[in-house]
Amino acid sequence: MSQFTLNLIVIGLSFALYIGIAIYARAGSTAEFYAANRGVSPVMNGMATAADWMSAASFISMAGLIAFTGYDNSTYLMGWTGGYVLLAMLLAPYLRKFGKFTVPEFIGDRFYSQTARIIGVICLLIISITYVIGQMTGVGVTFSRYLEVSNATGLWIGAALVFCYAVLGGMKGITYTQVAQYIVLIIAYTIPAVFIALQLTGNVLPQLGLFGTHTESGVKFLTKLDQVVTDLGFNSYTGHHKSTLDMVLFTLALMIGTAGLPHVIIRFFTVPKVSDARKSAGWALVFIALLYTVAPAVGSMSRFNLTATMWPGAETGETFSQPAISLDTIQNDPEKQWMRTWQATGLLNWEDKNGDGLIQYYNDAAAAGPAAEMATAQGLAGNELTTVNNDIMVLANPEIANLPGWVIAIVAAGGLAAALSTAAGLLLAISGAVSHDLVKGAINPGISEKGELLAARISMAVSILVATILGLNPPGFAAQTVALAFGLAASSIFPVLMMGIFSKRINKQGAIWGMLAGILSTLLYIFTYKGWFFVAGTNMLEDNAANWLFGISPASFGVIGALINFAVAYVVSNATEEPPVHVQELVESIRVPRGAGGAVAH
Amino acid sequence: MSDKQSSNAYWQANLRIIWICMAIWALVSYGFGIILRPLIAGINVGGSDLGFWFAQQGSILIFIVLIFFYAARMNKLDRDHGVDE
Repeated sequence: MSQFTLNLIVIGLSFALYIGIAIYARAGSTAEFYAANRGVSPVMNGMATAADWMSAASFISMAGLIAFTGYDNSTYLMGWTGGYVLLAMLLAPYLRKFGKFTVPEFIGDRFYSQTARIIGVICLLIISITYVIGQMTGVGVTFSRYLEVSNATGLWIGAALVFCYAVLGGMKGITYTQVAQYIVLIIAYTIPAVFIALQLTGNVLPQLGLFGTHTESGVKFLTKLDQVVTDLGFNSYTGHHKSTLDMVLFTLALMIGTAGLPHVIIRFFTVPKVSDARKSAGWALVFIALLYTVAPAVGSMSRFNLTATMWPGAETGETFSQPAISLDTIQNDPEKQWMRTWQATGLLNWEDKNGDGLIQYYNDAAAAGPAAEMATAQGLAGNELTTVNNDIMVLANPEIANLPGWVIAIVAAGGLAAALSTAAGLLLAISGAVSHDLVKGAINPGISEKGELLAARISMAVSILVATILGLNPPGFAAQTVALAFGLAASSIFPVLMMGIFSKRINKQGAIWGMLAGILSTLLYIFTYKGWFFVAGTNMLEDNAANWLFGISPASFGVIGALINFAVAYVVSNATEEPPVHVQELVESIRVPRGAGGAVAH
Repeated sequence: MSDKQSSNAYWQANLRIIWICMAIWALVSYGFGIILRPLIAGINVGGSDLGFWFAQQGSILIFIVLIFFYAARMNKLDRDHGVDE
């Protein structure tokens, strides 16, 4: 059976499963559409949250980010998990007790202000829309790579599928499909990792393999990897090479950004009780950790495998004990078919610059050391593995390790599951903000339940359409999604929610000015280095460490934005009157679990 | 009034547990994983050092333990103060 047929069968089966679930779990009321009638068990919700959270970036890109940077990019591992501790202790239980449907609704009620609510809606829309573009692009790329259809066709198929279960089922349909998608994606991620950990270290568990012994050479795997990459003139894998301050701030920005992402927060509205919200955050992290503890193993092992492919000597002994891979092998060896497949996508490329028939992979920026000596001895004109995209470390992983075809098909289905589940969660957050906060909250408060449900479905359909069109023509800023979405979530939504719960003194004026100061300072900092509205060439300062304020990268600035938000809100609130009594009572009431009850359809 | 005092005591107890958990949260990630890594570099873990383990694996595992610990302590606190569901 050809690889294409296998891919088609596996992906087709996974899609049939999602559609089956969508038909089974249709939503009949707004409580079902926005919050699955608050009937989701904490473990199920944890699994759905994990699928909601783990996007194309976690599944496809993260291991590659770690592979080529090593220790310094541990920031992603800690940052994207530590946020759940904040959610469990600082936000989720209280927002569940509050018992409404959307994040801006809490902001509007707690700060007794329509303006605050609208600012919340705007932040939510910017965050979720930029985030959803990335998912749709990921869907298109995966389809075109594995099903040999055009990018656009792939996107429309993905959009039609999301439409089926998101518009029909709302939160209820999305929750149950996300549970199925989690299972697909975790199997897809784990199977190749287990195979590779077995091959390299003899350990079944990739988590143990990472710290285990490299079978071929008999030394610790990480020691071996460090030696191989430093031989080639790269930074050591386990060493600390970046600024400590920026590492701390970036991790913190990812943590509070995670806790402030609306599509993650609303998942905690679906559990029956406050105590379930706490527990559910724990389960979410368990399911996320199943992937996040495998990712560093996948990263390091695929880096090793790639290097050993380029320098066969590295596998058994000294890196330069055998010549580099020959052009002839790459072009004709059936085992190296994957290199030719990925060259066609543009994600991997090589060039025999000095015409010696060998492709030497090394860091040509290193002036001294074994790599530089080798380059002089062999008369090299520069690194000859000219392109290695981060993303192929996961996508090509099974092929690099020569795994059977069905594993490749499962990885394709897993990548799609990761992108689609996150897209659906984001679309739900967007449609809730539009139909509940804008239509019902501001434009037509008298709307009937049936009318609101229809409005929710229409806004969901429109958001899918907008996301698909933006995915087809990704604006220049698509790649900056991480900096923008996390920066805004960290500087606006997280602080305002936390203050709303932990302080009775922060009032309307404080919240509004705090949010505005947080967002504007963060946007200003990002635009200064990335260009105004990400238009290339309009940046006022070159985007490099020497220009950054105190060495803080634009992606880490969300933390400073959050501090500004807290400070402004505190000062302004203390200069103005106390919040009214009913608001102080609201704060009292969300702090105790008793009386959370069922859904509040107000 | 007694209701108010009890709910105040409940909230203070909650804050205390949060502070303890957040201190551990920061210690394992920002502490052992990043800033204090050179201090514990002498402790070898599978080809690298303890700080590397905390940054790539240990902190995530401790985060999980922290959340379940917090959830269990809060369940007990809810019952003790009669505010459970």
